Amino acid sequence: MSERKINLEVLRYDPDKDSEPRFQTYKAVPCQDDWVVLDALNYVKDNTDTTLSYRWSCHMAVCGSCGMMIDGEPTLSCKAFLKDYGDTIRVEPLYHFPIERDLVTVIDDFVEKLTKVKPFLIPKQPKSIEEGEYLQTPKQLKKFKQYTLCINCMLCYSACPQYGLIPDFLGPAALSLAHRYNIDSRDGGCQERMKVTATNIGVWECSFVGACSEVCPGHVDPASSLQQMKIASTVDWYKKRLMPWSKS
Amino acid sequence: MSGSSKISNKPIIWGLFAGGGTLTAFLTPALVLITLLVAIGVAPNGLSYSEIHGFASHWLGKLILFGVLSLSLWHAAHRFRIAINDFGIRADIPVAVVLYLLAGIGTIMSVVYLWGM
Repeated sequence: MSERKINLEVLRYDPDKDSEPRFQTYKAVPCQDDWVVLDALNYVKDNTDTTLSYRWSCHMAVCGSCGMMIDGEPTLSCKAFLKDYGDTIRVEPLYHFPIERDLVTVIDDFVEKLTKVKPFLIPKQPKSIEEGEYLQTPKQLKKFKQYTLCINCMLCYSACPQYGLIPDFLGPAALSLAHRYNIDSRDGGCQERMKVTATNIGVWECSFVGACSEVCPGHVDPASSLQQMKIASTVDWYKKRLMPWSKS
Repeated sequence: MSGSSKISNKPIIWGLFAGGGTLTAFLTPALVLITLLVAIGVAPNGLSYSEIHGFASHWLGKLILFGVLSLSLWHAAHRFRIAINDFGIRADIPVAVVLYLLAGIGTIMSVVYLWGM
């Protein structure tokens, strides 16, 4: 297997020493041609600079930990093959998040937003164990399955210009997850979630740029779920005003 | 685009925007094609002035034209508002007021003209 020398320009930040983030270039990192950017970072950490900090776990695009800006694009570094990049690759922490250290970001805002949308089944009619399972047909499952594939990698937040401008915006992943439960045949919590998702900082802050869907490694297509939620909350808005007697 | 915990009233405009978008996605290419055909003089007889005038004089024709005109205007206004925001001009409220005012004027004008036919 052939070897290739890659220069890695990595944004470094040590809160104890640095007043602001700075770039550090690791020159001529010896890389195998089937490596991904994460492999190159691991090589640097193992052989050159043990202080380099970044998150990773599975190395197979499942855990969602290793999201970074690679040449300015939000990407999972375990999916970013070196053969697709030039000889100098710029690696930065995900945009729109505060930096904890080097490539590690503070994700508290995202986690808080996830809990806000109540991403769990709120059964229409709670059943006792004796009454049995909540049954679902394959067709009903297919309706929302795509939206279950989110791995919380936050690439969509990094890609979303609206989230960058308006940090209160609930953002693509949290809203898509709300949609996943809203359209689940076993769920009856749509109205409950709309108290958050139908506000100005909910779906209505989305201007349908669509960058979230472009960067999503799980092909969740968050942009589609947000547009569907806009339709649902528009119908709900008119229904509540024109037919106040109906219970939607 | 201020942060708020209240249910948003954006559906009023967004409903018109989405309706107009769906409509124009289908109609605009057809209208462009028909306009070009008329311009080069190969339009079918059904598109002659008297035929179209007849269509626009009928109440159903008026209703259809009003729907197409007003929804297209509201769609364009809202799309433009978002495009301006996406281009980095951070004056959402004045931009929205001006654009929606234009769409509103256009809507009223279409009613006035169609009514007077």
